[in-house]
Amino acid sequence: MSLSGHRHPPGPAEPSDPDGPEGSLDLSVPADPAGAAAARPRAGADPGASAIALREVVKRFGAFTAVDGLNLEVPAGTVFGLLGPNGAGKSTTMKMLTAQSRADSGEITVLGHPVPRASKRARAEMGVVPQHDNLDEELTVRENLAVFTHLYRVPRARRAEAVDRALRLAHLEDRADLRADKLSGGMRRRLLIVRGLVHRPRLVLLDEPTVGLDPQVRQELWGLITALRAEGVTVLMSTHYIEEAERLADVVALMAKGRIVARGVPADLIARYAGSTVEEFPIPPGPAAAEIEERIAAAGLTTRRTGATLSVLHAGEIPDSLRDSLGAGSARAGNLEDVFVTLTGERVE
Amino acid sequence: MSADTRSAERPAAAPGPAAKAPPGRFELAPIAGVLAREWALYRRSWKPTTFASVVEPVIMLLAFGVGLGSLVGAIGGYEYIHFLGTGIVATSVLFTSMFPGLIDTYVRRVFQHTYDGMLAAPVDVRELVTGEASWIACKAGVYGCAPLVVAIGFGLPASWAMLLVPVIAFTTGFGFALTGIWMSAAVPSIKTMDYIISGVITPLFLIAGTFFPIDTLPAWAQVVAKINPLYHCVELVRGTAFGLDPGTAAGHFAALIAFVAVVWCLAVFQMRRKLID
Repeated sequence: MSLSGHRHPPGPAEPSDPDGPEGSLDLSVPADPAGAAAARPRAGADPGASAIALREVVKRFGAFTAVDGLNLEVPAGTVFGLLGPNGAGKSTTMKMLTAQSRADSGEITVLGHPVPRASKRARAEMGVVPQHDNLDEELTVRENLAVFTHLYRVPRARRAEAVDRALRLAHLEDRADLRADKLSGGMRRRLLIVRGLVHRPRLVLLDEPTVGLDPQVRQELWGLITALRAEGVTVLMSTHYIEEAERLADVVALMAKGRIVARGVPADLIARYAGSTVEEFPIPPGPAAAEIEERIAAAGLTTRRTGATLSVLHAGEIPDSLRDSLGAGSARAGNLEDVFVTLTGERVE
Repeated sequence: MSADTRSAERPAAAPGPAAKAPPGRFELAPIAGVLAREWALYRRSWKPTTFASVVEPVIMLLAFGVGLGSLVGAIGGYEYIHFLGTGIVATSVLFTSMFPGLIDTYVRRVFQHTYDGMLAAPVDVRELVTGEASWIACKAGVYGCAPLVVAIGFGLPASWAMLLVPVIAFTTGFGFALTGIWMSAAVPSIKTMDYIISGVITPLFLIAGTFFPIDTLPAWAQVVAKINPLYHCVELVRGTAFGLDPGTAAGHFAALIAFVAVVWCLAVFQMRRKLID
């Protein structure tokens, strides 16, 4: 395995980042074909294999079972969204992938390395962005990055280049010498993300990358994740923001009570479990609402309460007889929230 | 061009350290990584750190050495300020290693989540603990010499053997840093550190022959003193100034090494319990 940081081939497409001259960084890739070729089989990652595989993984904390027989495969090169409410076991799953939490039973493989046994090799090839901001406040942006080039064993000759690249990715070039405690919330989070990318990992774990940020800042970060996808990096992202999962993830897994309840391409999941259109009907207060629900259920349709309205999934299949009595609702597109609630009875956010 | 040749050679000639080493082995690269972070932080904080580490023992030395020394006169045939100067090297080492080990490590682990970030990188707990303790020990090795330099200024004859003081201070500091790290991971809350500071650190630095020779103590306290690693540090430092036969010196140093070995295991075990669940 090479720690030179050029494990993946040059990006399949032109760099998506218009003002980041990412292409120049790939110059050294053709120069070490021997190293790359020798490194790949040893890392045990044949192309097409899963970047992450969990089989029947169980994790208990005393009497509480946080992860309950989890099976999960993350194909290499995808952006994979792990979606679920707080307490579903997302963070515990993330921590088990870096061996910072040890499973009670089951098998975990990350980039071909069995975890926790060979976890250090796996950690050398992946980048982790923690949920808790743990930047070194007293250090500058550049110093924060430089420390992680050491921890990730970027060779001495490449450290400066790796820091510069991370600064460009995070659009923090002109803030390089500012102390981390002087950064805005969005800048801090960008720094936190690129800090996990200084060694050009093949796999990136993002644990709730946008939690607590305002929507505008959240969108800024989405660009960063999209750029990773363009470079062919595998991304596993946990989130409880439905919109984030729908927009960014190629594949999502819905997680509840320590298990995966559904897995697939967001659009397919929506089509299957919620239907392309969902209609919302205002519901009267009191027992009348339950009566309407029963009537719809009798027609074989699924509903869920959405505040003051009742959402009918697969609204295209509402039979005319029912339609006559319900009247016209307001139609909207189905979403992952509908899927999630239908499958688990729980809300995500 | 030169960059290309370098990158072409590097992977072939020197595959990454993680590739060569079997997983889980103790490696130097992660320790270097931990030290790199400490160095970056130290570049920001060296002024107050140096001030505290140098000025405090020097004030203690001057106050007790000159003030109390005028009453005491000589101890064991040595001028009191010379006796004390060699002893305060040890207390200085204790303070500059045990407090950072205890408090800084606690803050970084519990409040700053620094170690969670490091352990997500290719760093294992044993390397993290060794790196943190080595850095603290380096500082103890350097700052511990300050009281000796002051004592030399007050007429303590310098000797070649004193060049070993940084080594003695490093070894002792390494042990007490590990002790602090161990205890920082053993305490249930930051408040309970008061038990350690008053109940452990204070007796450690007083019952070690630092301010007075231990042969004036009752027999049981002399036994306690000999178990105290700081006593062995004091004897070694004093030996470099006043002379010590090599056999006895080797015995004291062996005691320090044994201390380091025991607290290393305790610190790694306890930190792993707290950091990996």
